[in-house]
Amino acid sequence: MTKVLMDGNSAIGEAAIRAGCASYFGYPITPQNELTEYMATNLPKRKGCTFIQAESELSAINMVYGASLAGVRTMTSSSSPGISLKQEGISYLAACELPAVIVNMSRGGPGLGSIAPSQSDYFQATRGGGHGDYRTIVLAPSSVQELADLTHRAFDLADKYKIPVIILGDGMVGQMKEPVEFKHEAPVELPIRSPALRGAQGRPSRIIKVLTSKPVELEELNWSLFRRYQLIKKNETTSETFLTEDAKLVVVAFGSSARIAKGAVKRARESGLKVGLLRPITLWPFPSEAVQALIHQTNHFLVFEMNMGQMLEDVQLALAGKGEISFYGRPGGVIPTPDEVFRVINRLYYQKGLRAEK
Amino acid sequence: MKPVQFHYCAGCGHSIAHRLVGEVIDEMNLRDIAVGIPGVGCCVFAYNYFDVDMAEVAHGRGMAVATGMKRVNPEAIVFTYQGDGDLCAIGIAETIHAANRGENLTTIFINNAIYGMTGGQMAPTTLLSQKTTTTPLGRNAAKEGSPIKMSEMLALLDGTVYLERTAVNSPANIRKTKKAIRKAFQAQIDGLGFSMVEVLSPCPTNWKMEPLDSWKWIDKEMVKVFPLGVIKDTTGKKEDAD
Repeated sequence: MTKVLMDGNSAIGEAAIRAGCASYFGYPITPQNELTEYMATNLPKRKGCTFIQAESELSAINMVYGASLAGVRTMTSSSSPGISLKQEGISYLAACELPAVIVNMSRGGPGLGSIAPSQSDYFQATRGGGHGDYRTIVLAPSSVQELADLTHRAFDLADKYKIPVIILGDGMVGQMKEPVEFKHEAPVELPIRSPALRGAQGRPSRIIKVLTSKPVELEELNWSLFRRYQLIKKNETTSETFLTEDAKLVVVAFGSSARIAKGAVKRARESGLKVGLLRPITLWPFPSEAVQALIHQTNHFLVFEMNMGQMLEDVQLALAGKGEISFYGRPGGVIPTPDEVFRVINRLYYQKGLRAEK
Repeated sequence: MKPVQFHYCAGCGHSIAHRLVGEVIDEMNLRDIAVGIPGVGCCVFAYNYFDVDMAEVAHGRGMAVATGMKRVNPEAIVFTYQGDGDLCAIGIAETIHAANRGENLTTIFINNAIYGMTGGQMAPTTLLSQKTTTTPLGRNAAKEGSPIKMSEMLALLDGTVYLERTAVNSPANIRKTKKAIRKAFQAQIDGLGFSMVEVLSPCPTNWKMEPLDSWKWIDKEMVKVFPLGVIKDTTGKKEDAD
């Protein structure tokens, strides 16, 4: 396989096509338009595949809902304010146990915010976002290569667990260009999932519905979803560690922040500071056990995010009062440099007296 | 249709309209390839009655869902069955744009000039001076706007091929409604584009009328604002003589 130079948004499009995505429905919003445009150009070239620029984000997610009801792999993408509009549809997808892939190349908020990279949609992505007692799998890539790999994984997870999967990136990872290698060829036949609504074709007619007039029935649906969420937690939680084996201070960061933090950790190591990085790859389910496992070797954590401290709460829950957690965040679309984060690490390292510890 | 009892109130037009759609599907032999999308409101339970694949959707989003469904599976015959609140209040954008794209879909639009399931509030199609629970003094154009003539609006779009307004308030009108529904499905089978039948339908409960009076009210008041007949037909087929 050869590597090609591609921006992150386009790499998602190519990976989706190779994953057998048969339909993409989108609505323009910066900074994810390269994906919509990539799909407009490339998806209709494949037999049986559809691209539509919808009239709104609401329509786009509901076209996804229709395509998923028909049993094909389907996708939409947007950025923060647009994802807010899609939440109604995501709640319905969750209720009907329908797979779909939803990309959020997030930007600064609240409101229209800015078009600069931000991570302030963490709560919205990991806590449900729409109404009801549901979860979505949330994947957080930090490179163009990982965007491609996780896009493929997103389609597989969506089908396996009949659940909407969110790829939570931001304008930085979406718009930067890096060499990327696609590990799969596009399937010759588009996969069609069962059960789907494609006409009864001789079998008894089928209903896929979300309204139930009996509270006990709805409770049973929610219990069944909950059991599936427990299974996802058990099987699919992923994270990556970098130089944590002897670390006295561990930085916890995801996505673009993790990319920046990795640079800062390298500088810290060059200065002789024993610092490591834990990077959650699934934000939901959150890798709590991986965080807990580190408490045996260090008492000091630095959570770094491009928001006011959202993943911070998951780290606090994971550590359950153990360890000392510091936080550094830049909200509003300001991208910190590795040097800036290194200075934070350096200050903390000395303030906590880690230099002196043997 | 499935052999189950309707939940609809006495005199409600949904029962008749359901029956007509069911008969057309049977007569045109579409049962195995049809997929139906009921709207939110009184007809939300339509999936319990039609013996075809059915999907429930969010309020107003029927045409977007139908679009996604039909585009990835063009062999299916996809229809939505929506009320006035669904199709021309919360879902008006979805309706206009699906029609404008000429989506090859069929829509049965039940216009009863009121919100039924939520208890008789104003709809976009509520007549001027008509009293509802949210227009207790009667709908006032200066405050609430005038009733939206959805079929006439959609007729302006190049993507629509067949639009007819009918009613289910007399045996003759019921027969015309069935013919229109049949024609709307035929347009989809022929791959011509977007087709819709707007059905004026009584809601005796929320109009606070006896069923027979509600039939008369359609003739006396509703058709003045929503005249019956073919509003647009570019299917290239001549109307059969009545």
